[in-house]
Parts: sequence; C-alpha cells; structure tokens
Amino acid sequence: MFGGIDPALLISALMVASVPIILAAIGELVVERAGVLNLGVEGMMIMGAVCGFILSVQTGSAFMGFVGGAVGGMAMALIFGLLTQYLLANQVASGLALTLFGLGLSSLMGQGFVGIRPPATGAVPFGPLADIPFLGRVLFSHDWVVYLSLASVAATWWVLRSTRTGLILRAVGESHDAAHALGYKVRKIRMLAILFGGAMAGVGGAYISLVRVPQWTDGITAGAGWIALAIVVFAAWRPWRALIGAYLFGGISVLQLNLQAAGARIPVEYLSMSPYLITILVLVIMSSGRGKAALSAPASLGKNFHASR
Amino acid sequence: MIRLEKRPSPSRFWQASTPVLAVVLTMIAGGLMFAALGKNPFEAIRTIFWDPLFNPQFASYSRPQLLVKAGPLILIAIGLSLGFRAGIWNIGAEGQYIMGALFGAGVGLAFYPADLWFIFPLMVVAGAFGGWIWAMIPAILRTKFNTNEILVSLLMVYIAQNILSSMSLGLLRNPEGGGFPGSRNLSQYPAASNPELIAGTGLHWGVIAAFMAVIAAYILLQRHILGFHIKLAGQAPRAARYAGVNPTGLILLCMGISGALAGLAGLFEVAGPAGQISIDFNVGYGFTAIIVAFLGRLNPIGILLAGLLMALTYIGGELAQFMLGLPAAAIQAFQGMLLFFLLAVDLLSNYRIRLGSTKEAI
Repeated sequence: MFGGIDPALLISALMVASVPIILAAIGELVVERAGVLNLGVEGMMIMGAVCGFILSVQTGSAFMGFVGGAVGGMAMALIFGLLTQYLLANQVASGLALTLFGLGLSSLMGQGFVGIRPPATGAVPFGPLADIPFLGRVLFSHDWVVYLSLASVAATWWVLRSTRTGLILRAVGESHDAAHALGYKVRKIRMLAILFGGAMAGVGGAYISLVRVPQWTDGITAGAGWIALAIVVFAAWRPWRALIGAYLFGGISVLQLNLQAAGARIPVEYLSMSPYLITILVLVIMSSGRGKAALSAPASLGKNFHASR
Repeated sequence: MIRLEKRPSPSRFWQASTPVLAVVLTMIAGGLMFAALGKNPFEAIRTIFWDPLFNPQFASYSRPQLLVKAGPLILIAIGLSLGFRAGIWNIGAEGQYIMGALFGAGVGLAFYPADLWFIFPLMVVAGAFGGWIWAMIPAILRTKFNTNEILVSLLMVYIAQNILSSMSLGLLRNPEGGGFPGSRNLSQYPAASNPELIAGTGLHWGVIAAFMAVIAAYILLQRHILGFHIKLAGQAPRAARYAGVNPTGLILLCMGISGALAGLAGLFEVAGPAGQISIDFNVGYGFTAIIVAFLGRLNPIGILLAGLLMALTYIGGELAQFMLGLPAAAIQAFQGMLLFFLLAVDLLSNYRIRLGSTKEAI
C-alpha cells in the first residue's frame, strides 16, 4: 500500500502541510499562555487567507500576500481583543462570533477572486545544498514560510522560557490579579498577545490560500483553526510539542491525500475524515491518564480581568 | 476617563433592551457594509426586514418561509441554551443535525415503498437518537477523559459532513436517480414525509416540536429542580457541587438534550423542506442557532423571538440577493456582526459606566 510513496517526498510534503497549523497553533499558544482563550482561530485564519490572497493578486507579490494575511488576522484579533479585554465579553462566545463572522466576511470579500492563481512563492535558493540526496529534498527545498514556521517555534520557546517578556506574559496568564498588583498592565499585555496570535493565524491562513491550495474557495481553511486549537492542548502549552503535534497532523493529512491519489480501497470520505478523528483521539489521550494536559493549562485561562475587584 | 463599575446584580432593564440595541447597531453597521458593496443601504435593510413580511408582491411566499426557517433554529437553540447556561459548550450542533437527518432518513428509506402509519414516528425517534448519540461522543469523552467538549463537538461536525457525503453518494443514494448523488425525495413518499400541515403557513411538525421545546424549556428552567441545577452550575459551580448537583450527569443531560433536539431539527428538515439527503442539504442552522441562543439571552421566550428574527434575515437575505444582487455571504457576515454587537452591549447589563476621573481602584 505504501509502495508508491517516496519517504523524502512524504516528509517534505508533511512539512509544507503543517505550516498553517504550526503558525496558528504557536500564535494561539502565546495567547493562551497570557490567559486568554481565543476560539476564533478559524475566523482569523480564513480572513488572513482571503486578505492575503487579494493583496498578493493585486500587487503581484507573494510576500505582500503574507503581509496582508497578517493584517487581516490582526484586524479580526483586534475585534476579539476589544470585546473581551475592554467590553469584558465572554471569551468562548466572542471567539465563536469571530469564526462565524470571519467565514461570512471572507466569502463576501473573496467573491471576485475565485479561479485566479496567486503569484507563486518560490523555494529559497540553497544552491548545491538542495541537491544532497535525501536531506536536500527534506530540508533545503522549501519556501521561506516553512523556515519561518520553524523559527517561530524556536523563538517562542526561547522567549517564553528565558526572557523577561516571557516571564511577564506567563505571570499574566497564571494569575492576572497578582500580575496587576505587581504593576503590570494586564489588559495591554493580553491585547498584544491577542494581536500576535491574530497575525500568526493570518499568515497561516494566507499560506493555505497562497501555497497549499493555491487559489481561493469559500471555507478554504476547512477546520484548520480548530485543529490548531486542539494542538495547543495536545502540546500542553509548550512550543516544541506543538511542532510535534502539527507534524503528526500534517503527516496524516499528507498520507491520506496520497492514499486517495493512489486509489486505496478505503472510500475517500473516510480518508478525509481521518485527520479530525486522529485529532480527537490525540486530545483524548492527552487529556486523560498521567499526562493530564489540563494540569499544565495557564491558571487564568479564559477568565476575564477587571481591575476594580 | 470612563470607568466600569460592576453592578451587584445584572440590570433587568438592560438585559431586556440589549438585544434590541444590538439589532439596531447591526442594522447601522450592516447598512454601512451594504453601502460599501455599492447598494443603497436603506433599500437593502428594508428588503431584508420589511419586504418579506409586508410587501404585497413577496409576502405571500415569504411569510410561510418564516416558520420553515425559524423552526429548526429555535429547536436547536433551545437545546444549546440549556448547555450554555450550565457552562457546557456544545458547538457541534451542525454535526448532530446532520446525523439526526441521516438516521431518520435512513429509517424512512429502509421502509420504502411500504405505507405504514408508524414510519414517520419511527423516523422522528431515529432522528433524535442520531443527534443524541453524536452529542454523546463529546459528552462521554468529557466526563470520562476530561476532553474539551468544545473542540471535540466541533471536530465531529467535519466527520459528520464526510459521513453525509459518503451516504448521499453511496448507501442512501436514490437507486432510480440516474447516478446523481442524493437520496430519494422523502417529501414525495407520504408515509415518511413531513408536510406543511396547514396550507400557506409553513407550519410543519418541526415547527410544532420547536414550540413544544420552548414551553418545555420554560417550565424546566422556571419550575423544575433540574432547571435550577443548570442555572446554578453555570453561575456558581462550587455552590452547585455543595448543593448536590452531579456535574457528570448534568453534562450528559445537557449535551444529550441539545444533541437530540438538533437531530430532530435535522430529521424534520430532511423529511420536509429539504426533501432529501444530499451532500449540502445542511445550510448551517447548527451554527446560526448559536447566535439565536445568545440573541435570545438563553431564555426560551427570547429564543423564540430571536429565531423568528434570524429566520427573517435568511428570507430577507434571499430576497435581497434576488432583488438587489446582494451576495449571499453578506447575510452571513451580517448575522456574525449581530453576535459581536450583542456581546459588546452586554456590558451595559453587568456594569455601570461612570464618567469622571476618580482615582483608579487599587
């Protein structure tokens, strides 16, 4: 069954397939570490996808597309931030609203752009490195966003672990009252984290519409935002584990696509539901037993902060 | 300097008027959006909110549609509201709706072409069961393994959608359909159809079920100990535990009720207005019902009104699409906007806004 699939191609395809999930999951991980639960990742991603697509088609530059994606995601995150941080709205409901609104608005904005091919995002020229037999294909054949996604994992890990910024961010997420008493601006810090999360989700969404697919269709993100949310739980709020989770997911979605193309005897529908099934399974394993994910959740996650109390 | 001061208890006045305020604000913002699309905003708003009900040309077609669209929205939203009140977030109603339709239609089609009185009642039971069992998966994972029910219930929607396309291309496909995807048309199979009960009203069994659900939920929340437990668990989880509320039981119950009601909505839709199982017979009622539940402030009577209003935006949206060329997606964005404004103005019922620069609270 796996005979026709080249492992080097599979790994390199997996790295590309997981980019949107890594970016969105890392963004959400930072947001949740700051104590905010933003369930609107799907909405921010799809707005990033459509804004990025439009901007790159209009300017003819793939890079501007990713900038547009970041701006689109941030604009959505701004709405969420205003609602939850300043108007003290329920975070779960606001996140859902963001997703519902994003799905509608994106399909409205994308109407004139169906069936167009966006400018290509080329591979980074590594010269002779790309010709190394196995490693060249796996490591040195990608576009810059793939490397950006890996760098964002490393950077987030380092910032959260060993910088003052990371410490403050975690303090706000663990106990906003204590952080407030120490004089940190809880709202401002959370707002910045939310905007960062939006930008990351937006770039991830733009990667779907500019590289993965690459064209615009309604509902293009197909639940990637929800899977990113699940991966944050799977990762127990740790960046490197988010990378593993995203690669696991990417591997399964690439494998099922390959099986579909190879004409496996499993019906297409059951193959395309497998990534969601596996995500649920992984969530179950992570949430129960010894590795209880809930224990490592930031203590103030999802709770609103109001200074007068 | 604007300060917020928490009210000791939510203001009753604002609780009742915030939904209205949100609708007005959405109309203004939506009007701006329509103007940005190059449409006359006043005409667009009138086409959406006024013409379906009062325009002599369209009202005769549109008015019955109001109940057709409001029925499933209300039915699903009532179920969701119970869970939302208890802090149990079932957001996968769309998947439960699909599974209810599949189970119900499957039972009906299994009897084809027999003409027996019990087929439709049996389908109703199967529909409720389909939605219930689909909601039980996240519920049991939550109670047994502490898995986040928000994520699981949502991911189950994508699985249900794949099952739906598999079924409409395979097992349930109409053998006489010439190879086209989609099942036999249930509305042309009298023993299994959910017809319009009074001609020209749009009333079908699903609408009746929705009204019954409103009444039952009202009684449950106002008069029954279970309703008290639901409210208590949402507002004060610790107090609820001391009062002897069993959190596991409550999760299973709330998820089960919302799943069963969503499944019922799916069955009534597929046997009536939609007519057949097809790849895209579901039009997102399960997600819109979340907005309905919040717009109705999780209150049964409120949900009844909110469901009718939301149905109006669906019908008016179709009309605006036809009359003004307003894109269908504009209405979806409009509905999403409504939820934003609703959440934003909710501040007024829980907080007092004080002007003036007193010292910051310490």
